[in-house]
Amino acid sequence: MNTVTVRIPMPLRSYTGGADEIAVEAATVRQALEVLGARHEGILNRVIDPSGELRQFVNVFVGARNVQVLDGLATPLAKGDVISIIPAVAGGHHDRLRPMAR
Amino acid sequence: MTVRLPRDLRHVLECWARENYPQEACGVLIGRQTDSEVAIADVVHTRNLNIERARDRFELDPGDLLRAGERAFGLGLDVVGIWHTHPDHPARPSETDRARAWEAWIYLIVPIRKGAVGEPRAWRLNGSGFVEHVLKS
Repeated sequence: MNTVTVRIPMPLRSYTGGADEIAVEAATVRQALEVLGARHEGILNRVIDPSGELRQFVNVFVGARNVQVLDGLATPLAKGDVISIIPAVAGGHHDRLRPMAR
Repeated sequence: MTVRLPRDLRHVLECWARENYPQEACGVLIGRQTDSEVAIADVVHTRNLNIERARDRFELDPGDLLRAGERAFGLGLDVVGIWHTHPDHPARPSETDRARAWEAWIYLIVPIRKGAVGEPRAWRLNGSGFVEHVLKS
């Protein structure tokens, strides 16, 4: 087990009481996220889907590298690693429906 | 909630909107958020990964978002939102915007029609819909 830091993006801080960083003990990315989820109810469901894989609209980086190009959730962690949860951001003006502002 | 966008940063966004027209441009808003205000202190232009539909869609490069977050962290600031342009379309969120929006972030939309930049508007997802916030310099 290594002490690593998980950085929480603003849209998910409602689950962490506003904290932008959480230190956890973990050997892999999956363990780190599960420890995070055990401490902060609800956040794990926003990152991992029911099948146990990363959700489509969430990216996870270890340092500067996306875990997609590493070993995914099995990516091993070293002491001091920084894990960043990065929301997938998209949009655009194309709209067959009316705008949804209110 | 008031969103403050200094004039110089607004000018930067307008330049990027014109440079990319008629394609959409997108990026990150860096700043500080309090209970009553989001103060934008820096803007970042990121890559649009949706090359095939760049005229009406954007997909922000997650690596660029990571780097913007690190830049913000180094400045003692935060990623407080996302900006993007609406070429030849009003500065109102579309259903596409709503479907992919994240709560807590400000979504700043910069309209540009026939190459002329219009008034940007600031929105934030609240439940299932967007709420507009006052934009000041």
